Amino acid sequence: MQMTAEAKSSNQSASKSGASREIFLPPERDRVKDGGKPHLSAKNFSIFYGDFEAVKKIEADILSKYVTAIIGPSGCGKSTFLRAINRMNDLIPSCYTSGSLMFDGEDVYGKYTDEVQLRRKIGMVFQKPNPFPKSIFDNIAYGPRLQGVKEKKVLDEIVEKSLRKAALWDEVKDRLDKNALGLSGGQQQRLCVARTLAVEPEILLLDEPTSALDPKSTAKIEDLIEELRGSYTIAIVTHNMQQASRVSDYTMFFYEGDLVEYAPTKQLFTNPRDQVTEDYITGRFS
Amino acid sequence: MNIGTRKILDRSFTAVGLTSILLMALALLVVVVPIVSGGIGAIFFKGTIEHRKLQLREFDNGNREVLDRQIAESEPYRQEVFRMLDAFAAELETFEPTRKREYSSKVSSVKDIVSHLLGPVPGEPEPILLRFQYGTTRWEKAEESLHDLMFVTKWDTSNPEEMGKQYFVPRVDEFAGTSLAALFPYIEENLEKMLLPEQTFYWGFLTERSLDAHIFGGVWAEIQGTLFLAIGAMLFAFPMGVIAAIYFTEYARENVFTSILRSANSTLAGVPSIVFGLFGLAFFINTIKVSDSKSVLAGSLTLAIMILPTIIRAAEEAILSVPKTYKEASIGLGSTKWRTIVTVILPAALPGIITGGIISLGRAAGETAPIIFTAAVSVGATIGLGDVLTSPTPALSWNIYNLASEHEAANEIRHVQYGMVLALISIVLLLNLSAILLRARISKKLKG
Ligand SMILES: Nc1ncnc2c1ncn2[C@@H]1O[C@H](COP(=O)(O)OP(=O)(O)OP(=O)(O)O)[C@@H](O)[C@H]1O
Ligand SMILES: [Mg+2]
Repeated sequence: MQMTAEAKSSNQSASKSGASREIFLPPERDRVKDGGKPHLSAKNFSIFYGDFEAVKKIEADILSKYVTAIIGPSGCGKSTFLRAINRMNDLIPSCYTSGSLMFDGEDVYGKYTDEVQLRRKIGMVFQKPNPFPKSIFDNIAYGPRLQGVKEKKVLDEIVEKSLRKAALWDEVKDRLDKNALGLSGGQQQRLCVARTLAVEPEILLLDEPTSALDPKSTAKIEDLIEELRGSYTIAIVTHNMQQASRVSDYTMFFYEGDLVEYAPTKQLFTNPRDQVTEDYITGRFS
Repeated sequence: MNIGTRKILDRSFTAVGLTSILLMALALLVVVVPIVSGGIGAIFFKGTIEHRKLQLREFDNGNREVLDRQIAESEPYRQEVFRMLDAFAAELETFEPTRKREYSSKVSSVKDIVSHLLGPVPGEPEPILLRFQYGTTRWEKAEESLHDLMFVTKWDTSNPEEMGKQYFVPRVDEFAGTSLAALFPYIEENLEKMLLPEQTFYWGFLTERSLDAHIFGGVWAEIQGTLFLAIGAMLFAFPMGVIAAIYFTEYARENVFTSILRSANSTLAGVPSIVFGLFGLAFFINTIKVSDSKSVLAGSLTLAIMILPTIIRAAEEAILSVPKTYKEASIGLGSTKWRTIVTVILPAALPGIITGGIISLGRAAGETAPIIFTAAVSVGATIGLGDVLTSPTPALSWNIYNLASEHEAANEIRHVQYGMVLALISIVLLLNLSAILLRARISKKLKG
């Protein structure tokens, strides 16, 4: 099976692999401290659902401390790629990968990789806010508790810090013991961000974090991403082109499982190299 | 289809649906009303002085002074009865032999009824069985006995084509012309003064043991046995069922083995309960010998096997209905699968799991067939918690059947049967009610 998959994508590799490695740092004023090292490196990385190759032979580095947006039409494999980074796809029995994906020099799919530890370093926020049916406090404390933090004082600190980072503290500080499902959708999503931050991950994966939210909450989440930029490596899937251009430093454009173009966001939106990219960002299809 | 026909169809369906629901409610009413009223009669009835004597002497309940006063109050009327009987005994001696024989058999049925009403007649040997040591404890029974005293039941078999017809002859006629003829109007007149019936609220029916095979006393042994068996079954079946459900939903791969297990589970749910009873006898008692003979342990295990499929299914469904996003969130935060199950999935599935569990508990409490061969005895003492591994126990479900069909005085103790039925139904209803309440509470907590 893999043979056919390889044969299929080698036809297209000429058009794509050239683009993938040419990544430039942003202009001086937009740079972040210590950023720009390859945090994640995909080499010849494919993801399959059974026989179906949903993501094809990706060659790309995601740079540390920058925000990378992933765009592309529906069904092109954005979520699949994002979920592969912290091995959430392990939950889908038919899903497997080929090629390699390195995280800080460690093979994500290595034989001896502890996927549970990995997920603590690579946090994820999902499209639909998914707080646990527990109190706000317990939601945030869930991750730290997993790592064995028990002291109430330490947990208190973590909860406050995470909620402040997620710009939610002022809204919920008086009702930390209330059920998280009582929050509004936007608050829930920021809670999910805070919950992920509480684990102190290095990478933050956001899969369409604002698609279920109203414009006001969306703006808050975008501000939040801006806030976190420079401290975390962030990959965000979005359908919203304005959002991608607003919040990201780099943009990956996926099309039918291929990484068609990967460039600094400004360049990709103003001067796309590929015709398909241009068609997509100008809204000729979606 | 045009609007007219559609409306007519709608209406007629509504009518049919309503009718069937009404019919069901009616049938339920027909069953429940007698059970409830009969069962309440076991606790709330007109009790005679004999009931109070029994309570004081056997269970040490009641007020001795009041009772003594009442005894003193009723005694003169009783003495009059015994005096009349004595006088007649003396008169009998003067009769010629054939007449004497005839009357002594007649008077002995009178004495039987009198002692049934008032307790042992003085001068007769002290009876051994408790049931003969006291008179009638319930006033409605006393009225029945009074009728037996006043009338002789005869059968008219003159027409061979038909069944015999029952008719009554006043007993007083049999003693016309003797001194005993005065006894009948006297008792009819003064029975109330001899028995002093009072409205009685007999809680002890639920909390006291039975005396002399349920002729007197309560049904605590049965209630306790039922609780032991049902809770025991739960102790085995609930953890096993939940673990199996977790395995099925979270760990099992879809393969032949799993699908065989699944269908075995569904099949097991449909097996008649008597089969489980026989299995329990053959396996738990005869093969692996968890106890020498019937025991609460063997019965609980048998019931556990019976309710296991239901618990598994309910738990499976509850676990599957937990949103997948909870699991994703937990796994995504770096939780292990097991930890996710324990801290996120099970708490969210808890309402469903508990509902399934309690409904199974109710079923275990009500089943008869599985415990016939493995745990139940018809008449037994209240057992202690320490005896559950080795001793059998009476239990409501089995004793209801037993009292109704095999008890020597089944007709005398209908109220006990009704009381047991009511107790059993109440237990099951209470369990279901608590399931509903618990479920509502937990769901509310989960929803915030
Ligand atoms: N569990 C699965 N099993 C089989 N195929 C799947 C599964 N999940 C996704 N796919 C397929 O993989 C392809 C990529 O799906 P993916 O969810 O990654 O798309 P996406 O780019 O995130 O789309 P969207 O923008 O709609 O979220 C699609 O063709 C989809 O049908
Ligand atoms: Mg998606």
